[in-house]
Amino acid sequence: MFEIFGIPSQALFSQLLIGLINGSFYALLSLGLAVIFGMLNIINFTHGAQYMLGAFAAFLLLQYTGIGYWPALIVAPVLVGLIGMAIERTMLQWLYKLDHLYGLLLTFGLALIIEGLARNYYGSAGLPYQMPEALVGGYDLGFMRLPIYRAWVIVASLTVCLATWFVIERTRLGAYLRAATENPALVRAFGINVPRMITFTYGFGVALAAFAGVMAAPIYNVSPQMGSSLIIVVFAVVVIGGMGSIMGAIVTGFGLGVIEGLTKVFFPEASNTVIFVIMAIVLLVRPAGLFGRRA
Amino acid sequence: MLDVCAPLLAVENLQAWYGESHILHGVSFDVHQGEVVTLLGRNGAGKTTTLKSIMGIVGLREGSVRFETRELIGLASNQIARAGIALCPEERGIFASLTVEENLLLPPVVKQGGLPLDVIFELFPNLKERLGSSQGTKLSGGEQQMLAIARILRTGARLLLLDEPTEGLAPVIIQQIGKTIRTLKQQGFTILLVEQNFRFASTVADRYYVMENGRVVEGFASSELDANLDKLHDYLGV
Repeated sequence: MFEIFGIPSQALFSQLLIGLINGSFYALLSLGLAVIFGMLNIINFTHGAQYMLGAFAAFLLLQYTGIGYWPALIVAPVLVGLIGMAIERTMLQWLYKLDHLYGLLLTFGLALIIEGLARNYYGSAGLPYQMPEALVGGYDLGFMRLPIYRAWVIVASLTVCLATWFVIERTRLGAYLRAATENPALVRAFGINVPRMITFTYGFGVALAAFAGVMAAPIYNVSPQMGSSLIIVVFAVVVIGGMGSIMGAIVTGFGLGVIEGLTKVFFPEASNTVIFVIMAIVLLVRPAGLFGRRA
Repeated sequence: MLDVCAPLLAVENLQAWYGESHILHGVSFDVHQGEVVTLLGRNGAGKTTTLKSIMGIVGLREGSVRFETRELIGLASNQIARAGIALCPEERGIFASLTVEENLLLPPVVKQGGLPLDVIFELFPNLKERLGSSQGTKLSGGEQQMLAIARILRTGARLLLLDEPTEGLAPVIIQQIGKTIRTLKQQGFTILLVEQNFRFASTVADRYYVMENGRVVEGFASSELDANLDKLHDYLGV
């Protein structure tokens, strides 16, 4: 046992780990928000509810069909993504030309409805979800114990985030997406079905949230309000990183998770507010966000 | 002389609106296979809107746009592009978040018979040197214009709509664009050109249409140019 700045290393590293876990979820969720905002110009307030739906989908799949954690990591995001695409086709697509406010109100209302329905049927106590057996247990690293599941969450989230970044920034499909974000009419006039691309983009952003929800299910309980408490912080992360920046969302997500964790060690009283303090400072100094491009 | 072949593009009584404002009031003209046709007219006459309406990117349009044997008026712009028409917009539309190479390769191939990249680089040697450039919009205005034309040559579209390709460019680059348009014509491309620069247009065009207040008011072949010069000066106010 050794000490760093008078803090036992064990406490420091375990808070760092918790910070990275939270950061994994911040990154996945803010990445989805950034992708959606870039393409649809919609601030997706339903994102927290869609994260919750991912966790519920995993729970229900296990309960009623016996589909376990590993398949659920794919199946639940696909299902929730499809619901998202239906929402985009039937509702969101009419709002693109209007002020941001309309998209915000609609998605916020949808979040309330989805969470209300979940609370109505499953109560607010929270439902347990078993950790997959392969990931139970932990490693002893000497200076701290590393639970396998937490390590998996960090690795999986980082992998999905970087894969998303790669597809958007380095592939032909990504070039279509970036171009359509800048000038959808011209990209469409080149022969690309932009409306369909928008639908899939929304479905993908929502699927990212649902993926985070499935990964969260064994750590936190599956409960209707699990998304709404998280999403406020995630929006602060997005504001700090800058709307629409892919790498910005990933870096800020993990970075702020770690900062939050460290604050718990060094100044616990501020741990719940530190992200919002940073947000206020960033808004004053760089209103477009750390990685944001000025519109 | 009797014209036995049907026009490649036939625009008839085309009307277009941006929101409440009625911009085109019945535009009619046609373009034949292999021709370079120029739309002349003052600012606000409706030239750019005519190109955008053919491409399907205005709010609302009515009338008829026939391309080959198909009626395009009811189609979405991505379907129109797939029919084999490509637009080089007035503002060039180079994407800042794409590299030069990504910009060049962005428009998907819609038909067989597009120009291969090596032929495109023969036409625009400077582009090849700038391929590695990180951001399409870091190119000079002339290079951006070359890129905007180059990227639609790959797609196999045989009708090119070029919206003021010489705007704001230096004379030496304007000459290069003129040379390119003549080469493309030799290659069998059909080109509908919008120009304010009448001098430039006269070096490439087979036929002219003059637009005023959202209508085509005059049309003549380049052989009739001299006879129409006075009238043109009136229309264009030059």
